[in-house]
Amino acid sequence: MSDVKIVKTLDNSGLSCPMPVVKTKKAIKELEVGDVLEMISTDPGSIPDMEAWARQTGHELLEAHDEGDKYRFLIKKTH
Amino acid sequence: MENGKKKLAIIASKGTLDWAYPPFILATAAASMDWDVGIFFTFYGLPLLKKDFHAKVSPGSNPAMPMKMPFGGEGFRNINWPMPNLIMNNVPGFENLATTLMKKTFKDKGVASIEELREMSVDMDVRLIGCQMTMDVFGFKKDDFIEEAEIGGAATFLEFAADANVSLFI
Repeated sequence: MSDVKIVKTLDNSGLSCPMPVVKTKKAIKELEVGDVLEMISTDPGSIPDMEAWARQTGHELLEAHDEGDKYRFLIKKTH
Repeated sequence: MENGKKKLAIIASKGTLDWAYPPFILATAAASMDWDVGIFFTFYGLPLLKKDFHAKVSPGSNPAMPMKMPFGGEGFRNINWPMPNLIMNNVPGFENLATTLMKKTFKDKGVASIEELREMSVDMDVRLIGCQMTMDVFGFKKDDFIEEAEIGGAATFLEFAADANVSLFI
């Protein structure tokens, strides 16, 4: 955790499916390879969706946390 | 699949507000995962490509549709209002009322509008193919549609869908 430097934070609070993955994709596109994106969401489907999204795109899901009232993800751009 | 990407091919055949959602939600989600996506808009789905389109809910054709009120306390909001078909089909203006309520409920829940989802589809290079035959039958012109729409027939869609990993008729 300590060696991960978050380059950008994207807050998708209040947005429903499919917006968290759509906006994550857009944000990742603008980063450099190796950059880490922090994504916050409140959509209860976010964890399985972000896991699937990472498997499909090949970007690395470093963390996926359920923090009660929100979900927090760290995604590393791999390509 | 020629570029190694997965591929989603959708036929959108319905034009009511509720049925307009699944094609655009699936298309944008798949495009977000780097899939190639194409949607063929045919029959009642074709107006979803119109520049100015006003999709409505058709409660009479969805007898099981729960009616929710987008205002009031949480208990009130959570009530599923039973709507007899007699009212849904015969009360003037009921479609407009149901459409307004659904749009408000969706907005409150953070669901994007169809216009937004369509714009994002365009941004992410989703192929939007309007059915030529439907245009002729219903009297639409190419000019009625957003400029990103292409026009084609069954063969155009099938060629795209031939090597799709997922094909859906909605």
